[in-house]
Amino acid sequence: MIELSRGLGELFSDPSPDAARLAIAEKSRSLTDKLTTVSDAVSRFVRDGDYLAIGGFGLNRIPTAIVHEILRQGRQNLRFAGHTSTHDFQILVAGNGMGNGRLLAAVDVAYIIGLEMRGLSPHGRRVVESGEIALTEWTNYTLALRFKAAAMGIPFLPARSLLGTDTFTRSAARSIECPFTGEKLALVPALYPDVAAIHVHEADRHGNARFRGMSVADLELARAAKRLIITCERLVPEEEMRRDPTRTTIPYFLVDAVCEVPFGSYPGNMPGEYFSDEVHIRAWLEAENTQETYRDWLRRTIYGTRDFADYLQLCGGLPRLQELRRQDLMLDRGR
Amino acid sequence: MPSYNAMELMICCAARTLEDRRTLAVGTGVPCAAAMLAQRIHAPNLTIVFESGSVAPQLLTMPISVGDSRTLYHAAMATSMCDIMEFSQRGLIDYTFLGGAQIDVYGNLNSTQIGSDHARPRVRLPGSGGANDLASFCRRILVVTNHDKRRFVERVDFLTTPGYLTGPGAREAAGLPRDTGPYRVITDLAVMGYHPQTKRMQLLTLHPDVTMQRVRDHTGFAIDAVADVGQTPAPTEDELRLLREEVDPLRYLIGR
Repeated sequence: MIELSRGLGELFSDPSPDAARLAIAEKSRSLTDKLTTVSDAVSRFVRDGDYLAIGGFGLNRIPTAIVHEILRQGRQNLRFAGHTSTHDFQILVAGNGMGNGRLLAAVDVAYIIGLEMRGLSPHGRRVVESGEIALTEWTNYTLALRFKAAAMGIPFLPARSLLGTDTFTRSAARSIECPFTGEKLALVPALYPDVAAIHVHEADRHGNARFRGMSVADLELARAAKRLIITCERLVPEEEMRRDPTRTTIPYFLVDAVCEVPFGSYPGNMPGEYFSDEVHIRAWLEAENTQETYRDWLRRTIYGTRDFADYLQLCGGLPRLQELRRQDLMLDRGR
Repeated sequence: MPSYNAMELMICCAARTLEDRRTLAVGTGVPCAAAMLAQRIHAPNLTIVFESGSVAPQLLTMPISVGDSRTLYHAAMATSMCDIMEFSQRGLIDYTFLGGAQIDVYGNLNSTQIGSDHARPRVRLPGSGGANDLASFCRRILVVTNHDKRRFVERVDFLTTPGYLTGPGAREAAGLPRDTGPYRVITDLAVMGYHPQTKRMQLLTLHPDVTMQRVRDHTGFAIDAVADVGQTPAPTEDELRLLREEVDPLRYLIGR
């Protein structure tokens, strides 16, 4: 295989499959009870300097409680997969530039800072534009493909995007001539995160998990990560999962911790359960305008709340969640 | 002649470019509205996909996020991002709609940064998202954007997403699939395409009451025009009624 060119970006994780095999050599394969609290899961499984990845897409089906807790516990120097990352990046980057050290040290970027149609995060911009986070560029597909390569237990996969662009130049991809066809291809290295968190509809105590809606890159991510935290809307009995195994998409031996967090994707959307709280997100973006207003906001919403249930109460509690459920079920036909 | 605003005209123009029985990867906003309108007028068999994993939804209301519940309304399948991107790489997705902070004469797009220093950009933007992938894989790339000099630039500060790159043959030389590339740019002033040989952007039609000079004044590069530049047809009563009553009743876009 002839290498043609390589991106200048830094590779923030080791693509070696043998190193990744070694990391899970002692991981439990047994049907043990992994149910725990969010605070305990983060204490035990998210460490300073880790490479972290978060499931979902944008504000949809995200493990918000885990992301809050990583900020609350003040983790430092994490590397992060910025894959379709909107509110999760917004929360994590609040650990930079606010006088609490540096939560994020390096980010693989496919999509960060923006909140899709809602605009850009002012604090996210301030931090990234200051240059204190090292950035390597990717795309939504090639970053998902990096998880897929890791899920397969191999060191890289080829793709026909990235080519010819500055995105390639600032990535850590390489281009090669295909040994079969002579075509140019981009090769992207496997990404084995140290730890990942994924929010699902239902899981049992052992970690068997299932969800509704698009899987985005979560099935690949669950298999790529060395440690995996599952948060679920509802804890269900093991018999319930075994009654319909076709619906299980994350098996128990991938999972290290299970946390039951009802409304756990709030203020994001959870398919079939509740829509995103656009009023809350607007207020959040507004609060980011100055460092003072943002400090107050974070004190109120994250540092000053005991846990996720406390946060939900602060944000309007059951009446608000009921309204968001109506929106998601389109009881008013979306009008 | 019914009255209409610039956004309504842009959405109608975008809808008209979509042929029936084709497939389209969309994002939220104008592209989504255009697809919904096209399905209600001339393209009932236009298939929509979202990169988050939704296949063939029958959209009831406009999504806010490319991955929210609304993108899945009456869909044929809920799958993964790799699946959607690989349908595209395989050659099954005909159109994609993209945007960006900057576009150049070859249709290259920038959604990464303003300024040239990658470590300390003047403005940091989200990055590629799925744009680079979809622009590499889909057969026809459509761009809908406002027309001004800051956007239509001689050279993009960062080439996030491939248009025709440096001109004829450049996409193929870079290794991108052969039958792909920029197709239309729809703005609040005009509709543009690309010259078949030079691959440079060129004016196709001017919107009602817009002059060639006004387009040139709002474009940061020398823009060519086809020999017979026509006038963009104004929205029909039917288009406006469906757009206002069914596609965007809350005036989410058309009220801007």
